[in-house]
Amino acid sequence: MIEFHNVNVSFPLKGKSIEAVKKVTFDIKDGEIFGIVGTSGAGKSTLLRTINLLQRPTSGSILIKGNEITTIKGEELRQLRLGIGMIFQQFNLINTKTIFENVAFGLKVAGKSKEEIGKRVPELLELVGLSDRATTYPSKLSGGQKQRVGIARAIANNPQILLCDEPTSALDLETTNSILDLLKEINIKLGITTVIISHEMNVIKQICDRVAVMSDGEVLELDTVFNVFTTPKHAFTKSLVNHTINLDLPTRLLNEKGKRILKIIYSGERAEEAVISDTVKLFNVHLNILHGKIEYITNKPFGVLIVHLDGTSENVNLAEKYLKERTFEMEVINE
Amino acid sequence: MNEIQLTELIENLKKAFLETFLMCGTSIGLSIVLGIPLGLFIFITRKGLFWENNILNFIGGFLVNIIRSTPFVILLVLLIPFTQLVVGSTIGPVAASVPLAIAAIAFYARLVENSLCDVDKGVIEAATSLGATNFRIIKDVLLPEALSGLYRGLTVTAVSLVGYSAMAGIVGGGGVGDLAIRFGYYRYQTDIMVITVVLLIILVQAIQSFGDFLAKRADKK
Repeated sequence: MIEFHNVNVSFPLKGKSIEAVKKVTFDIKDGEIFGIVGTSGAGKSTLLRTINLLQRPTSGSILIKGNEITTIKGEELRQLRLGIGMIFQQFNLINTKTIFENVAFGLKVAGKSKEEIGKRVPELLELVGLSDRATTYPSKLSGGQKQRVGIARAIANNPQILLCDEPTSALDLETTNSILDLLKEINIKLGITTVIISHEMNVIKQICDRVAVMSDGEVLELDTVFNVFTTPKHAFTKSLVNHTINLDLPTRLLNEKGKRILKIIYSGERAEEAVISDTVKLFNVHLNILHGKIEYITNKPFGVLIVHLDGTSENVNLAEKYLKERTFEMEVINE
Repeated sequence: MNEIQLTELIENLKKAFLETFLMCGTSIGLSIVLGIPLGLFIFITRKGLFWENNILNFIGGFLVNIIRSTPFVILLVLLIPFTQLVVGSTIGPVAASVPLAIAAIAFYARLVENSLCDVDKGVIEAATSLGATNFRIIKDVLLPEALSGLYRGLTVTAVSLVGYSAMAGIVGGGGVGDLAIRFGYYRYQTDIMVITVVLLIILVQAIQSFGDFLAKRADKK
């Protein structure tokens, strides 16, 4: 659907040239929710903006449905943009227009008639759950509601692509979840290819199918969200993932001599097997859970457990071997 | 003040107010018609906007600055040949409207540009991302979003014009300010001066209140 080939973007800044995006090559599949994650200044927003040419790449090529877009301009560019919706961190609604008029603006731009607009806007407001707010102005809405209006406006013309620039970064946790649910719902209902950028791994984890990790203008790794979470390759990705699966133990537990503490990582279907109780039964050991977390990423479980293992040394050895076999990863963090 | 003087004064005041309204009204009208496009032009030729053009932007800004930095009395005199050309006369309120309008257009253009600068760039970007034409962005985003500021700027311009129009007396423009100078100052009729000044204060207050009302109504933030 969207292909980047060796895309570079640089800006002149104080006589120097700043490379915001460096040699980016990958593609986004039709209908998927694709995430781009990275710290601020990583170039992800710049990269996103090249898709609808709000930012022209300095070099390289971008294909949308096989068509080169980097060279188009004028009316052709306008037509391209009609097929690509975009939502923003700060919502960017027209303050002097009502909710109805804001959504209608998207349709007016596409040259729709008054009748069509009158019919389509209520449908869109219904879809985003704001039917009763049609005549209010944006200043009267909460952040989450404003983003809903932004979404309605962006999808008004049935675009095939929806670009989301940090769509939840200005929202609280609960509202974030409801907006992400809405984006997911729209993705499924309308089959719209969604590209979402965020600095929060949590957002990516919740709705993306695949993710590209960006740092300093480069794409460091790209894989399914599950793989990036469970087997991050790059140090930067590891630190990003660790922020979300954060298991800190009090140091007193880790410093106790002779206390065998294991970190067990589960992944995929195996996380749902009764490994812990099996181990206890088979080897007659004590397993005391100190800390743990199970995440569901794209419906697949991924868990981390920190346990204290106790028993005769022979049994402990056997139990460890068994755990190693049956789990994704097992590591002794204190002995 | 006896009876005759009072009726004479009322007659004079009526005439003077009509002249003031004529001069200020014409200038305000022309500021709206020409000042808004000029301010808009300077704004959209700025860096990063859709008509980005350094040279045109510089020329527009420079033109506005020349007019704004010339003292109005000097502008009044400098423009006499131009006034003659446009209205065929250099005296009277219609003639005085020409330099007044030119000063007001330049003044207002700068205020228009400033209010447009206050429009959230993100909103312009959102409209662009939707595929809006430049004309539609101007009509449906820039001008409505700046409307409150445009009213405020127009109010400031109108109030300044009332002050400037007093100077128009120099070219025989007449008006309330001119009346205050002629009767109150040159003829030492302090009471007439006080009356006209009070009337001018009321006029300016009325303009300001009306402008504030419009600006507030347009502001949806």
